Amino acid sequence: MENEAGALSRVAGLFSARGYNIESLSVAPTEDPTLSRMTLVTTGSDEVIEQVTKQLNKLIEVVKVIDLIDGSHIERELMLVKVKATGSGRDEIKRLVDIFRGCIIDVTDKSYTIELTGTSSKLDAFLEALDSSAVLETVRTGASGIGRGDWVLKV
Amino acid sequence: MSVELTGAEITIRCLQEEGVDCIFGYPGGAVLFLYDELFKQDKVRHILVRHEQAAVHAADGYARSSNKVGVALVTSGPGVTNAVTGIATAYMDSIPLVIISGQVPTNAIGLDAFQEVDTVGITRPCVKHNFLVSDVSELATTIKKAFYIASTGRPGPVLVDIPKDVTQQKIAFAYPEKISMRSYNPVIKGNLKQIKKAVELILSAKRPVLYTGGGVILSDAAKLLIELAKILNFPCTNTLMGLGGFPATDKQFIGMLGMHGTYEANMAMQYCDVLIAIGARFDDRVIGNPKHFSNENRKIIHIDIDPSSISKRVKVDIPIVGNVPDVLRELIKFLKSTKEEPDQNALKEWWKQIDLWRERDCLKYDRQSSIIKPQMVVEKLYEVTKGDAFITSDVGQHQMWAAQFYKFDKPRRWINSGGLGTMGFGMPAAMGVQLANPKGKVACITGEASIQMCIQELSTCKQYKLPLKIINLNNRYMGMVRQWQEFFHGNRYAESYMDALPDFIKLAESYGHVGMRIEQPEDVESALKEAFKLKDQLVFLDFITDQTENVFPMVPGGKGLSEMILV
Repeated sequence: MENEAGALSRVAGLFSARGYNIESLSVAPTEDPTLSRMTLVTTGSDEVIEQVTKQLNKLIEVVKVIDLIDGSHIERELMLVKVKATGSGRDEIKRLVDIFRGCIIDVTDKSYTIELTGTSSKLDAFLEALDSSAVLETVRTGASGIGRGDWVLKV
Repeated sequence: MSVELTGAEITIRCLQEEGVDCIFGYPGGAVLFLYDELFKQDKVRHILVRHEQAAVHAADGYARSSNKVGVALVTSGPGVTNAVTGIATAYMDSIPLVIISGQVPTNAIGLDAFQEVDTVGITRPCVKHNFLVSDVSELATTIKKAFYIASTGRPGPVLVDIPKDVTQQKIAFAYPEKISMRSYNPVIKGNLKQIKKAVELILSAKRPVLYTGGGVILSDAAKLLIELAKILNFPCTNTLMGLGGFPATDKQFIGMLGMHGTYEANMAMQYCDVLIAIGARFDDRVIGNPKHFSNENRKIIHIDIDPSSISKRVKVDIPIVGNVPDVLRELIKFLKSTKEEPDQNALKEWWKQIDLWRERDCLKYDRQSSIIKPQMVVEKLYEVTKGDAFITSDVGQHQMWAAQFYKFDKPRRWINSGGLGTMGFGMPAAMGVQLANPKGKVACITGEASIQMCIQELSTCKQYKLPLKIINLNNRYMGMVRQWQEFFHGNRYAESYMDALPDFIKLAESYGHVGMRIEQPEDVESALKEAFKLKDQLVFLDFITDQTENVFPMVPGGKGLSEMILV
């Protein structure tokens, strides 16, 4: 979509006005600074998704809409988690982070801050594997997606 | 080196370049520089309304009756919030408007300044698009874009919010001749493969119906629709927004369909085998319960410029996205070049069935009544104006009677708020119609409840000598509310009685207009004749009508089209 003030609120407003559901949304400018790319995760029947796509296309600032589910695609989400890490727990958490191929990016004597990237379900799995009482804070970006192979979104 | 102009000068120059001859507005702090420039020129005429809602309705009526973009100018804050009802009305009916609103200076935005409101935020869900002009260098291009977006594709209102300091800044003026936007390219031509498929289906039809809506009016496709219907000899029904798209006096016309549509139109719609929907959107007031509608087996062709209107409420078999006239031209070309035609015997049987439904005479009412029947007033209005008037309406029973009993043979003659259902629309819209058609006969069919929602515009009509004929069907009730309360709420008429009504005659006279009260059926025709003889005067005709009359047929909410309540 056009990288213009208000474009994001048009998309968000459309979803709330028409009762569609936004699971996550991530947006930032692209290599062309006049354009932003948004990845929006939503759910609905085929009819609902068809309407969502059409309604998004109708927004003047939206340049192109693709449904990544139509083809093979890759999606990734970034999560930062701050956890309690004291005593023997410190080693265990370190091992878990390694298993999930994350990294510890900040350390104090009482806590770790962990960076983890992956599909949303991988991030969910990591949180489940952690002792929930140890989790102090989480922040997630929502998924970003791109087509596999030579499939390129061009405007 | 071109001369530098201020933002205010540029705005007015842009309007001139767009050929705008008339705008509707109300001044205020944030738009004073714009008004100053309006004052200094005479190409763009400004009509001063008495409330911003009326400015937008008037621009709307102007646009609907002329196929030009309507323009309104309002100030920031309350100027904009007052205009919102008008903007939403135009949005729901896809009317091309450009609304220019003043905004507090850019350095005051966000600081809760006097008369500040987030105009772009407030209007976002009810415009086709809106802009905040933050620099004078963007002003001319933005206004060009606004007119382009408003009038192309599926039309709609576009708002341009201009901060006061932008109207003072100076820059060299050049109005772009053309505009192209990578993110906005409305489809015009329909897909030929789809059109061919549609032709095959049309040729196989045994019980066809043409169902056409506001899209035919907005795209000026009425002549092509008639040509198509005549080639095929198919029955045609119009939606409330589509009236006048097909001549109501033609024998192929089976009336309006929907909640208060005719028995024959609704039955034909329900039991057809091929439905050709043109510029219509299967909304809840048209097909009733979509599940009930889908119980019958039929194939649907849907022609519309807006892809999101297709398969929204009803799944269709052959969608054709495109500008209605372009698609109809292609359809007609194919039909003329083929030697095949639909099964004529089947078509004859179908017409026989439709004529049987017609015999039900679903719009009958007591013509011998000693109290004035509202339907009779509309019928007499049709006779007296020879069907040649522009009719605006407000919202409620009177609107439905106007739609049922005034036979519109031409497009852009029936002007009403179909989508949003805005009471108060009728009189200001009629002002716009009259200004776009100075020689036209313009009547506003209204009720004593609706008319009071914008009654202040009697003053505007006086100032600009607009000789409207106000047909007030006065039954001392919010009639449609009363009807629903009678049918569905055990006759408990909660707050629907209009008490403490003004003396409309004196009220009209106080504004310098002519008022007439008509209480006897035998006086209806002569009063109307007399009113239309007063060519230069607004005449307020207060018809005291039957309080208990209801609109029939009626498809109750949630019911199917064939489940009508009949009189």
